[in-house]
Amino acid sequence: MGSVEKETKVFDSEAASSMVKELRGEFLSGKTRSYEWRVTQLKNILKMSEDREQDIVKALHSDLTKPELESSIYEISMLKNACTLAIKKLKQWMKPEKVKTSLTSFPSSAEIVSEPLGVVLVISPWNYPFLLSIDPVVGAIAAGNAVVLKPSEVAPATSSLLAKLVGEYLDNTLIRVVEGAVAETSALLEQKWDKICYTGNGRVGRIVMAAAAKHLTPVLLELGGKCPAVVDSIINLKVAARRIVAGKWGCNSGQTCVAVDYILTTKDVALKLVDALKHELEGFYGKNQLESKDLSRIVNLNHFDRLTKLLDEDKVSGKIVHGGERDKANLKIAPTILLDVPQDSLIMNEEIFGPLLPIFTVEKVESSFDVINSGTKPLAAYLFTDNKKLKEQFVMAVSAGGLVINDTVIHLAVDTLPFGGVQESGMGAYHGKFSFDAFSHKKGVLYRSFAGDAPVRYPPYTKGKLAFMKALMSGSILGVICALIGLSKN
Amino acid sequence: METYRDLERDLEDMREYYRYGKTKEASWRKSQLKGLLTLLKEKEGDIFKALNQDLGKHHVEAFRDEIGTLTKTVNTALESLKDWMSSKTAKLPRIALLTSAEIVPEPLGHVLIISSWNFPFGLSLEPMIGALAAGNTVVLKPSELAPACASLLANAISTYLDNKSVKVIQGGSSVGEQLLQHRWDKIFFTGSAHVGRIVMSAAVKHLTPVTLELGGKCPAVLDSLSSSWDMKVELLKNTIKEMFGENPKESHSIARIINKQHLLRLKNLLEDPHVDASIVYGGSVDEDNLFIEPTILVDPPLQAAIMTDEVFGPLLPIITLEKIEDSIQFINSRPKSLAIYCFTKNKTLQRMMISETSSGSVIFNDTIIQYAADTLPFGGVGESGFGRYHGKFSFDTFSHEKAIVRRSFLTDFWFRFPPWNNYKLQLLESAFNYDYLGLVLVILGLKRHRQGSDGI
Repeated sequence: MGSVEKETKVFDSEAASSMVKELRGEFLSGKTRSYEWRVTQLKNILKMSEDREQDIVKALHSDLTKPELESSIYEISMLKNACTLAIKKLKQWMKPEKVKTSLTSFPSSAEIVSEPLGVVLVISPWNYPFLLSIDPVVGAIAAGNAVVLKPSEVAPATSSLLAKLVGEYLDNTLIRVVEGAVAETSALLEQKWDKICYTGNGRVGRIVMAAAAKHLTPVLLELGGKCPAVVDSIINLKVAARRIVAGKWGCNSGQTCVAVDYILTTKDVALKLVDALKHELEGFYGKNQLESKDLSRIVNLNHFDRLTKLLDEDKVSGKIVHGGERDKANLKIAPTILLDVPQDSLIMNEEIFGPLLPIFTVEKVESSFDVINSGTKPLAAYLFTDNKKLKEQFVMAVSAGGLVINDTVIHLAVDTLPFGGVQESGMGAYHGKFSFDAFSHKKGVLYRSFAGDAPVRYPPYTKGKLAFMKALMSGSILGVICALIGLSKN
Repeated sequence: METYRDLERDLEDMREYYRYGKTKEASWRKSQLKGLLTLLKEKEGDIFKALNQDLGKHHVEAFRDEIGTLTKTVNTALESLKDWMSSKTAKLPRIALLTSAEIVPEPLGHVLIISSWNFPFGLSLEPMIGALAAGNTVVLKPSELAPACASLLANAISTYLDNKSVKVIQGGSSVGEQLLQHRWDKIFFTGSAHVGRIVMSAAVKHLTPVTLELGGKCPAVLDSLSSSWDMKVELLKNTIKEMFGENPKESHSIARIINKQHLLRLKNLLEDPHVDASIVYGGSVDEDNLFIEPTILVDPPLQAAIMTDEVFGPLLPIITLEKIEDSIQFINSRPKSLAIYCFTKNKTLQRMMISETSSGSVIFNDTIIQYAADTLPFGGVGESGFGRYHGKFSFDTFSHEKAIVRRSFLTDFWFRFPPWNNYKLQLLESAFNYDYLGLVLVILGLKRHRQGSDGI
């Protein structure tokens, strides 16, 4: 545990380079290899999350006006679970995995050994600034790496708190926080890392990957996309509506990478769905939803303006069937539903990341799969249906990071499932053991005996050797025997 | 040579074909794998000829390293395909009533494979087997430095595989650059770190995931093994003579250098007078026949190019150390390589080698053979690349593991939903901690309420 260093100098390329050098030196000393070091750090992260919960909730409220429950459960509890799992399973994860060997390398034994990649960089976003910073860090530490975390400057209270907490609770010789914006991030990206984990948007994701390419650094990119929810005509529209509300406005006012971005449904269901959604919204947030304390605000003026622009577009402004109220001073936009937006509107073409829910109607529900597939692959896709066949069609036809049937967002809480995107929504995955694996190199180790050296492998090459090798490769013991005693057809 | 627009049109046709879903079918994947098996069997003679023409490779070596291993790989893929394609159930906590979770592998879509000249069939088809087993369409760009092999691949693949979804595009670096401009769902590259950087940089545009199989200076650490080091050098010399005869150039069992450029590169490594002075065996270069004899050097200067650049040729420098454990520091002060070989019976040294160095793989008491081990991931780390393949790892490398959760409408936790209050917070906390007893206690009103920050 070290003291907090006040960074008064500008964090430039030189500072970044010397920091990486220092961390690499510490890493090479072998300290992170031990189970004890890793488990101690993880336990300290757990302690930090428990002891300082109120500070974290306060910071999240300052940055996002995030309701306490969302902070406690969706950020802190989720993070604590990740820690607890890692602490429980670390010994098992760290053990080499024995694998079978075949006739071609007989006699031999083999195993896959997990080793840390080295010094890794984690760049986190502003929407879940605590969880999405520390969750990857948990994986990196469990795998035995040194870590630098660069939290988002768009959530400054949390960024500053993270710097303080990491300074107080964790081993600063190997785990650091660098605060800052574009300049500091660029300085960090110039360095050679052994892995970079970035959560955010596709534009910056490309910048990160391009910087990584210079050093052949592998990357984990958790990006976004337009996550659709397809709603079939179902018996339990009320429950579906409730789960959609929870997976949209209940998640940071829609500012979540896996929030329901838009709805696809048929005309007859659309009207019923709008009513059901309105009813649930009122149940959750009361009649005056703009002022509800249970909703996050929009993070900053930039995003507020971006969202109001989506609402004010001519093609779309007349399609509002619920909400639309805004309070610029408090950066609030009420839960808003739009019906029958045109496919070429802005709101249907960029990731909304806010409390606006457009409903796009199709002729028959199966056509919604084509609509989804005509866009880029999203991080998640949702389907509400009672129809078994439709469920299977959905799973086969729709490609996304993850799919949920009859609910939204909850797959993030399942740590036995990999969480990651595909194509525009990202590459790589984490959560649970996948986090450990994401920050590990899986080294193949083969042990050969000196006995049993087959001269057939070696020159000078002859027909007989060829026959023997063919038999060996085919795994046929009989073939091998025949070849040995010269009975092969060749 | 195709123009950008022609190529884009061909690639769009392939993407269109993929969208029909044909390549996702198990029957299609099997038919392509069987097609490859037939190709390897029926074209064996032609493949041997092409490898001999391009590389001077003896056909038994070609079988051992290319056709044989490929046949084994296709057979493994055919046997395991059903299992690889099946979805895997993901365990859920008990609290997740009437919910199921699974991971379903799906093809990434449209794959580009760029292979190297040294194992032109192996390094082209080994990844292709994985890509096809995983249900993708494939474009292969084989190396132009092995032209007979590239041409044979183009012909054979169009004969034995589905033309609408598997194509070979021949050409040099300009064709490679052109291909890299188009949109891919995965790029698999085998080659040098320099070109690896170019490939990854090009992949940025479409956020295409890449696997880079690069190289490095793979060391072989030789422990005493009850003989002194000069005896070892003698042993090496004798073994070379056994395998390749007194005049290796006459032996047909040893491959040539691929081309003049590489021959001159290798010749140059030996030009430095200090390096030249360290040659203890071989050293002769026949430019006209693209032949360099097996050459051993002892303790060339460490700053010479032969000790800083990947040799990739028949020159073997031997570095002697005070004690064998020093090899660990020696290895660690250099970029991570694709493999470390270590000949020792000393279990402590073995453990140290694994835990104190980092490389793609580690092999004890043999070399190269890890390439044929399907259960071990084959790939690099650091400068030697990232990503892996072989066996199921090939299938995985060309797949997206899609997470699926199915919920029932019947069960729900009412405390999931706003309006928020402290009671719900308590319940949620217990739920998240899988603290079933805690949940019950809260519901029964027997657990003390925690204080919220705003006292609600």
